[in-house]
This record gives sequence, structure tokens and C-alpha cells, in this order.
Amino acid sequence: MKALVFERSLARFAAARVAGSWAPGGGARVGPLHLADVDPPELPGPGWRRITPLLSGICGSDLATVDGRSSRYFEPIVSFPFVPGHELVGHLEDQPSARVVIEPVLGCEARGIFPPCEACAVGDTGGCRHVAFGHLKPGLQTGFCADTGGGWSSSLVAHESQIHPVPEGLSDDDAVMVEPTACGVHAALAAGPVSDATVAVLGSGTLGLTTLAALRRLALPGHLISSAKYPEQRRWARELGADEVVAPDGIARAVRRSTRSLAAGRVLTGGADVVVDCVGSAESIATAVAVVRPRGRVVLAGMPGVVRLDLTPLWHREVQLVGAYAYGVEHLPGRPADTASDPDLPDPGRSGSLPRTFHLALELVAEAGLGRLVGARYPLDRFTEALTHAAEAGRRGTVKVVFDLRPETRRPAWRNA
Amino acid sequence: MSPRPGYVLEVDRSTPPLLMWHGESFRLERFPSGSRVVYPPEPLKPIEDPDAAIRAALENPLGDSAPLSALLRPGMRLTIAFDDVSLPLPPMRAPDVRQRVIEAVLDAAAAAGVDDVVLVAALALHRRMTEPELRHALGNRVYDAFAPHGLLTQHDAEDPDNLVHLGLTDAGEDVEINKRAATSDLVVYVNINLVAMDGGHKSVATGLASYRSLRHHHNVHTMVHSRSFMDQEHSELHSSNWRMGRMIAASGVKVFQIETTLNNNAFPDPFSFLSRREWEWSLRDRAGYLAASASLERTPDRIRRSIFHSMRAPMGLTSVQAGEVEAVHASTTANVYRQQLVPVEGQTDILTMGLPYICPYNVNSIMNPILVMCLGLGYFFNLYRGRPLVRPGGVLILSHPTPWAFDPVFHPSYIDFFEQVLAETTDPLEIEAKYEESFATDPWYVHLYRTGHAYHGVHPFYMWYWGAHALDHLGRVIIVGGDQAAVRRLGFRSASTLTDALEMAEDVVGRDPTITHIHNPPLFMADVT
Ligand SMILES: [Zn+2]
Ligand SMILES: [Zn+2]
Repeated sequence: MKALVFERSLARFAAARVAGSWAPGGGARVGPLHLADVDPPELPGPGWRRITPLLSGICGSDLATVDGRSSRYFEPIVSFPFVPGHELVGHLEDQPSARVVIEPVLGCEARGIFPPCEACAVGDTGGCRHVAFGHLKPGLQTGFCADTGGGWSSSLVAHESQIHPVPEGLSDDDAVMVEPTACGVHAALAAGPVSDATVAVLGSGTLGLTTLAALRRLALPGHLISSAKYPEQRRWARELGADEVVAPDGIARAVRRSTRSLAAGRVLTGGADVVVDCVGSAESIATAVAVVRPRGRVVLAGMPGVVRLDLTPLWHREVQLVGAYAYGVEHLPGRPADTASDPDLPDPGRSGSLPRTFHLALELVAEAGLGRLVGARYPLDRFTEALTHAAEAGRRGTVKVVFDLRPETRRPAWRNA
Repeated sequence: MSPRPGYVLEVDRSTPPLLMWHGESFRLERFPSGSRVVYPPEPLKPIEDPDAAIRAALENPLGDSAPLSALLRPGMRLTIAFDDVSLPLPPMRAPDVRQRVIEAVLDAAAAAGVDDVVLVAALALHRRMTEPELRHALGNRVYDAFAPHGLLTQHDAEDPDNLVHLGLTDAGEDVEINKRAATSDLVVYVNINLVAMDGGHKSVATGLASYRSLRHHHNVHTMVHSRSFMDQEHSELHSSNWRMGRMIAASGVKVFQIETTLNNNAFPDPFSFLSRREWEWSLRDRAGYLAASASLERTPDRIRRSIFHSMRAPMGLTSVQAGEVEAVHASTTANVYRQQLVPVEGQTDILTMGLPYICPYNVNSIMNPILVMCLGLGYFFNLYRGRPLVRPGGVLILSHPTPWAFDPVFHPSYIDFFEQVLAETTDPLEIEAKYEESFATDPWYVHLYRTGHAYHGVHPFYMWYWGAHALDHLGRVIIVGGDQAAVRRLGFRSASTLTDALEMAEDVVGRDPTITHIHNPPLFMADVT
């Protein structure tokens, strides 16, 4: 089968770093990613199914990996060679009509670890204590694990605990947005209770926009400010629920205005109750800490790396800095227990009384029409172009770039890449 | 030889390129044959002995008022209020006329044994003046005698401890003014009338008022219905100020008004070519133009700005009148008209104007895009009597670089207004309804206005409202040579040359439009019949 394979090759990795630092996404041309004809992954054991991807998204974390920008922290929890691609809609290989989305986190159940850790026991796989162990090679997610394959190929394997059926009404575009939307839902709910609060979301890429949509529909903040760099992002941010959209360098002014804060020097005396950083750069984290109110909360949703940061304001203002990585189950005040599951398909949706992030995301994608964020589709063999486009998506007026792995007959006539 | 009146030139093939202001520079532009160009009158001859004229005015008051000396007695509280840094433009060569008048008033007060005297800069919601600005307006002698003792104050429209609510007008408007002024035995107001809208009851009722009071006439309704501000019979702003002024008088606050008018000798050598008609340029004017243009071109923005802002106008006093407010103002207005009115027959399809580097609200700082809008659509557009120079649905073409730049110290709320409010809407009514209150009461802006040198948080709204009548009247606004993003944010079109702009205007006003260019400043007022 055809797959984009990411090899561990220190020499190529170093080359990717150089190319990536010149132009984001440029790592694809020289880096350790190449298109290959490989054997499809073996089924690792009982409960595993073969998946044929239809659409597979390109995520910011993928770009960082390809460009050699991701932190060395990941080294022990990925295994080489791996096929990237963790945002995907596909179908069960033997059932072309059964579309599914994959929850990529590889928790205890997928790893064959029994009894599961206390997080996985309640379905909160994002908090798994056994990541990298069990009968699978290391890999925090599908798309970073040598045993599972990934979405950037024509076949991969997934454990039943990862598989969610796609409801009738969702288009392929909607479905491929479920995983990034789940990240947004998780980030939004990591903000804690925010009714009547002022929440600022930094960044309006895919994560920023899905976070906005989730905040608007699930968390109901009092005032929602978003920062967006490009005109198309501004339009989306507004459409998905921001009360106010400003340029990145205007966020401090906007927060000051809407919270009627004073300023001492360059520091706000008040600030936003919660800031969700969907960028993850040193600059955005510093901004988040600077515009959050004393005793407020900063949610780090965008993948950071090694950053230099003055923590004095964090200390002095007793700010909480919390990470928001993936998904699992959510504490959602005022919502009944999870009910979205289909008895005909493998579905791990029932997790005690807490709703699964993925189910909230499936609902949100439908409600907010998030499939519209898919702006460009490329065949696998044009991956260099695709990755370059994804890296420049904002500037080029695109939000989500995906690989289109559907047979010609299954592709809509209007596909645009 | 007496100065020549204003002049309307009809452009033909022999007409040389004409000077057009363009912020901190100027351009020479050729206008299509048949265009009209309106030139200001030449400067009136100034009064030869201004100090003597001032003393004479104080002792020969107009209207129902005793001479100043008769109003002064030992033990009284005297407050002298004066116009702020927004007047005149450009700042005049020392001694400033305020200094001359205040020195004369202080001499009279000293002679009468008055020792409780306080000076107040009548700022309204403008920024506080800096020490050099105060020294320039008042002179060092006055400054050094009052400032060190805390007797030189700047009005604070947000200071609850220093405001007095005098009541409501019969139209229900709050009248709330400076407490020191309201509790004085006499308020002497020292005014400079650069244009017809200055002065009269506006001096005290606006200059010394609180935000609560000002908002009754500084709103979209009043501003759209002031046609024009400069034309007192047709200005709602004027009517409201007059109601308030009469209410202030009725509540026992005694105002002795001193108004002065200046000629339009606005530009010193070597910039005097800016005031002349191009076909009469002497070799020196031509050399001045070339030298100025060439050296400005090579000069970095900041330095160029400071060159212009350090320009001091060789203006001369053309009249001074004192006494009862309304009688004084009638005479002042006649004197303003004497210098500024230019009869113009008929309206035009396209009105063009070059905007200079300065307007009343950016003295010693940057003319930001909101001020560009205000100077063009508020100030210059309204320099008419009768009806606007441009017909309803016509096109206004402005020339100005319109940089996306703001002075963070003077204009902090302007930045947020531009970035947040104008990004949403340019409709004055929507802006007023949705945003004014939150800007006006924003504690940070209040703090910066009261303790720093910031315009009040609501000030950019007033600038926008001021242009509301023009926005309502015009079919299109085009800015030549402006920053495209900033021009778009203002809701206007942008053109790189005057020729392009004229072409774009034809979409709105049709082929072969009439074109009128106002050769301004020096300021003039079109008397349109
Ligand atoms: Zn991702
Ligand atoms: Zn686990």
C-alpha cells in the first residue's frame, strides 16, 4: 500500500530542521518523510479492526514533527518508522458503508493492559498512565506509533476502543474535523466554569476556531475575544462565536477594554478570567500570562515546545497554567450522561456517567457545520505541496488541509486541490 | 494696498499646477480645465498696537456689561479661563494673544486689589497641556507666577469634587461646569476665534463642562443637524450651547467674555508660498517650495513631523472685543467673516481638498486616521455658510498619507476606537448606541485623561460624529495617497493619484462632473449661494 512514512534518521532530521526553519512545512522536501510502498500494519490482536482512510487531516503537531521542530520530549513515546495522520475519517475495511472516526489516543485498552489505569478505567484515555507500554510499540497516538499505521496511507489498524461511528448526516469533511474539534472541546472545557466570564482565545487556526466554537456552544462565556492574524481567520472566528476579533498585537488592548482594567506600565491590573492559548509559541504564552487576571487560568492548548518565559507574573498573580492535550471524558455541568452510541457498531462511547469528548465533538461538528473549515484536499503523492499549503494555511485563507484518499468515484466534483 | 478678498479661479490650460497639502508634505497637481479653485482672502492688516487695543476693549465693553475695572474689587474670587492648545493653528508666534490678554486682565486685577485669582485651561475633554505648551500660551511671567502655587489649573471634566451641577436647561440638558468657575464672583474667558464655531457661549458651556453636560450636544443627532457648525443660525450645537450659556448666566455665574480674532497669516518664511496663489509665486516662493519639497523628501517621518509642528504662525490680531457674551460674539463673528468669507456660486459634484499635517487635536503629535476623517469631513467640509460646497450625493476627495499610526500618549482611546469599533461599523448611530458609553466610562481612559495627557475616552467618538453630517451628505469619499488599509478601515476608497480619484468619482457623479478645489489652509469659509 501507499503510505507517507516518517523514519528515524538523524541526518535527515537535522536537514528538516534547517529546511523547516527557512520555511515552515519545507521540511517535507528534505526531511525523513517519504512516500513509500509498504505492507499494511498487522492486526495487533483481538479487538483490532482494519480501517481504510477517506480523508486525513494535517495537524500543527504533524508539521512540527515533519519540520523537526517538535520537542525531544516525544522521543521515548513515539516509535519509528511511523505513518503520520491522526485526524481521519475512514471506513471499516470490510464494510465500506460503515464510516468511522478514530480517537487516536492509545490507552490501556488498546495496549492490552489489564486492569486499565485509573484514568482509562473511566474512559479518560488522554490521561493514561501507561502510555508507551503494553503490547504496542510506544506511541502516544495513532499516527506516532510503528504498529498501528496512520491516516496518511491507504490502510491502518485501530482498536475497537478507538472507533466511533459517523452519523448519517455528517459529510466526510465534517467527519475529518471531529478529532480537531475534540481537541477544541477539551481545551474549552479545561477553561472551567466560565459563564459570565471574559475568555480570550489566542490564535485562529484549526485549534483556535474549534475551541471558539466549543466555548460558544458548551461553556457559554460572558464575553469571548479571539485573536486572528488573517482576514479569513477573522471571518471564521466571528462566525463561530467570538464577540470580538482582534489582531494578535491587539489582544492586550481588547482584554483591557472589555474587562475595564487599568494598566501599570505594560501590565494589566485585571484581565481575562481565562486565556486559552491555541498557538503555543513563546510569544503567545507570554501574552496569555500577561492578559489573564490575578488568580485566572491559562489553558495551553496549542503544542508548545521549549520556551523562555518570565514566570514572575504567574507567581505574583497566582495564575493557573494548565495543559490541554487531547480528550477522554469531560466534566460538563448541566448535561445528562452520554447517550450518543450506536449498538450496531463497535463503540466505546459509554464511560460511566461522563460524556466522551469525541461524542461532544461529533455533535458540535454537526451543530456548527465545522466541515466547512476543510479548505483544501490533496492526493497523497502531492504531499510536499499539501504540507507547504498547511504550513501557510492562514496566509492562504485556508483553515484545514487534508489528504483525500477516496477513490475518484467517492470524491465530490468540486474538490479544490 | 488693502488685502485682496478670496478668489475663485477657473482652471484653464495656462493654469500652473496647484499646491495641494498632503500631510507633512505637499503636492503640485494639475486640475482639469473648467475646475474651480477657491483661494482664501489675503491676510487682513493686523492691529498695530494690540496691547492698547486689548486695554481699550476691556474698558469699553459690548452689550450689557460694565468695564472690567468696574467688575473687580478686593476680596473677590476671579477665575480666568482660556482656550487650550487646539487654538490657533498653527500655534502663533510668541507672544500668544492669550498671554497679551491675560497680562492685561491681571494688571487690571492687581490695580483693583484682587488677590484670589486662578487660571483654568478650558480643556473640555481635550488632553491636558504640557508645561512648554502652557508657557507658550501664557508666557513665562504668567506661568511662573501661577503654576508653582497651584493656581494654574487645567479643567477636569471627570473630577466630581470640582464640578457643580447648576440645573437643567428648558430642553432638559444637564448644565454641569467647573466648580471654581461656578463659585467665582467673576469668570473672565479669554478666547481665540479661529473659525466661526468657536467662542460665544460655547467657551464656558463646552470648555468648562463635564462629560455629563457635554454629551447633550456632542452626539450624532446634534452633529448631523448642525448644518453647518460654522453657521450659527443653522447649528444645533450652537443652539444647545446657547441654551446652556443662558442657563449658566441665569444661575448667577457672571462671565466677562474676551474674544479675539486673528488674520490668516498662517505660515512663516520660508513656507510663505503656502499662502500664495501659484501664478503669482515669486522666485523666492518657487525656491522655497523646491527647497522644502526636496529636503522634506529626504527627511525621516519623525523629524519631518517635528519640523512642521515647530512652525509658528506670524498671525496678527484683527479684533478684540469684551463684555457680555452674546454681544461680544456677534461682533467677533463679523470679524471672522471679514477675514474668511469667500462667495462661491453654486455647488459642485466633486470637492477636493489637501489636508495639512495639523488639526486642532494633534498639535505636537500624529494626525491619526480618525483625525484625518474629522479634519476632512468634520472641519473642512463644514467651512461653509448657506449650503455645502459639494452637492448631496457628491464626492469628496481628500489628499493625505493617512498613516495607520497613533500617538499612544495623547490618543489611547483612538487606537481602540480604530481597531475595535471601526472594524465593526462606521455608522455613527450604531457606534454611538453600541460603544460610546463603555469608552466614555472606561476607568483607564478616565485615569489617563485626568493624570496624563490623553484625550478623554469618548473623544474619538466626537470626532466621528462631527463627520456624520458629511457622511450623510456625500456619495463617496476618496483619499489620495493614503495607507490603503487605514483608508479602508475608515470606510473610504483609496486612490494613488488625483487623476485616479477623479476617475473613480465619475462612477458616482457621472461623466464631466464639476470640480471644486479648496486651496486651504489658510482657512476660509465658503459662502455658497
Ligand atoms: Zn492534531
Ligand atoms: Zn491507561
